[in-house]
Amino acid sequence: MLPERVINLAVLGLLLAVPLAAFALDEPFIITLATKATVLALAGVGLNLALGQGGLVSFGHAAYFGVGGYAMGILASHAQSYAPLMEVPFLIEGTKSMPVIWLVAIIASALVALLVGALSLRTSGVYFIMVTLAFGQMLYYFAISWPAYGGEDGLSIYVRNGFPGLNTLDPIQFFGLCFAVLLIVLLLVRTLNRSPFGLALHGAHQNEERARTVGINVYRLRLTAFVISGAITGLAGALFADLNRFVSPTMFSWHTSGEIMVFIILGGVARLCGPVAGAAVYILLEHMLGGLSDYWHIYLGVILLFVVLFAKGGLIGGLSRREVRHAG
Amino acid sequence: MSTILLIEQILNGLQFGVMLFLMAAGLTLIFGVMGLINLAHGSLFMIGAFVAAAGAAATGSFVLGLIAALMAAALFGALIELTVIRRLYARDHLDQVLATFALILIFSEATRWVFGSFPLYLDTPEFLSGTVTLPGGILYSKYRLAIILIGLAVAAGLFLLISKTRVGMRIRAGENDREMIGALGVDISILYTMVFALGAALAGLSGALVGAIQSVEVGMGEPVLILAFVVIVIGGIGSIKGALAGAVLVGLTDTLGRSLLPLLFALFMDPSAATSVGSALASMLIYILMAGVLLFKPTGLFGSA
Repeated sequence: MLPERVINLAVLGLLLAVPLAAFALDEPFIITLATKATVLALAGVGLNLALGQGGLVSFGHAAYFGVGGYAMGILASHAQSYAPLMEVPFLIEGTKSMPVIWLVAIIASALVALLVGALSLRTSGVYFIMVTLAFGQMLYYFAISWPAYGGEDGLSIYVRNGFPGLNTLDPIQFFGLCFAVLLIVLLLVRTLNRSPFGLALHGAHQNEERARTVGINVYRLRLTAFVISGAITGLAGALFADLNRFVSPTMFSWHTSGEIMVFIILGGVARLCGPVAGAAVYILLEHMLGGLSDYWHIYLGVILLFVVLFAKGGLIGGLSRREVRHAG
Repeated sequence: MSTILLIEQILNGLQFGVMLFLMAAGLTLIFGVMGLINLAHGSLFMIGAFVAAAGAAATGSFVLGLIAALMAAALFGALIELTVIRRLYARDHLDQVLATFALILIFSEATRWVFGSFPLYLDTPEFLSGTVTLPGGILYSKYRLAIILIGLAVAAGLFLLISKTRVGMRIRAGENDREMIGALGVDISILYTMVFALGAALAGLSGALVGAIQSVEVGMGEPVLILAFVVIVIGGIGSIKGALAGAVLVGLTDTLGRSLLPLLFALFMDPSAATSVGSALASMLIYILMAGVLLFKPTGLFGSA
């Protein structure tokens, strides 16, 4: 059996090699698919911090994905129409600069996660799952019934936002940017997992009572993890919106929450690169099964069912036998 | 808003609440007895609506369609319990969520495959169309009134089933201690299949009844499922009484919010802004209600820790 570090490097290497090969062969569509996998992987890495490491089964992470997406959509559409967001008490204008948009997306989704987490974490177990799900839906319906930013139809922007020194409209350059963001976040999450904070979070997941007894404020610990988790997923949402140059309430829908969760399960719960492997396989399946049949969701459902029932540990769990405690 | 209109809205809210109760009762029963969170419950609602619409179209009888819907939902419920769900009882909630999410994908696409992407329509039966005059001269849809009555009758039946009958006693015993009632010679696996089929039949009934009010389409079960979750979170998971209280509360809050909030905002805003702010807020109102309840009672109104 392979050590997990080797598998992680292989997963990331493959995710990098495929678009580079596609670039050499002049296949921009494959580069775009790889970019999609990279961005969705980032969303999964965000959720995995709460779900895998913290054992917090959030079924509403689409909320942060959507908030990140709308941060991009709102800022860029205002920049596009030269209409400021706000004039009193001070002027806020739209922007087409990715770093600024990312910052806003991270802050906005962290704030929403703080609010939702503060309430949801008062509950636990199945209540927590349902409450996070319900908050996600609340934002979904809000986005649908809010006509100022497109309502049900969503928002389009015509030109992808800019990043200093790069031509983001070039598929391979945009991929490189997303991949770099993913790598940085993975390093950050790895550091976090090994820090006293990460160890405490994992400890509280394994035995809440014991964590409390040694003096850990479990609520605050989990809330912090939840907020960081939401912020990462929000950043992914901003990138996803930029990839499609479009945001719509679908980003908020509970299907999106389910999909992000599926990446983690396919790849392996609480594994650093689990969501990366999962998102890549998901995109691959979507592409292949989509070509096979119009009703490809049936096959996807069957595969997912099989993985949950018979192949616990997902891809990375299957390749490396080292046990990781399952969320629950 | 006139009193008559207000009473009509209250009745609509009650009808919506009763329909939510039929959904929530199955969910909460299955969770209470088996500890299982079943996202595919919305699919059983959808199956009920589709079979009712197809059955009524084929036989020309609404009642036959309704019976077919009940049987089909119970049958599919028993089928997925036997093939998939029973492997999930011992698993954690995450596995249950994902496996039943997978079932949704399968059911939705299979329905699209069988019936196509276009919505079906189910007409209200002859004897329930038109309106009825209630005391005070209020005209109200006969069909909606029938839903309220059916829902209340089912609620009463469910209470009797669980509190007075032998099966109900076993269900309650299974909630408390599954090993013990197994040791006393009750066949747990048959009991579980039956409870699951009962929950499925309630979802199917609800779908079939609603099918005559809205269009019957793929994915129609999902918004209802989420609302049913809100209902049982408010009411307290595992409590039928809580499900009824939560359902009526959610039904009334949602219906009244949608009609009253825009009017309320129109008092101090210009009409178009009032409509959009009012309806945006109304769509969030029940979640705000849920958050409010959880702030004071994290396990819901009738839930135990």
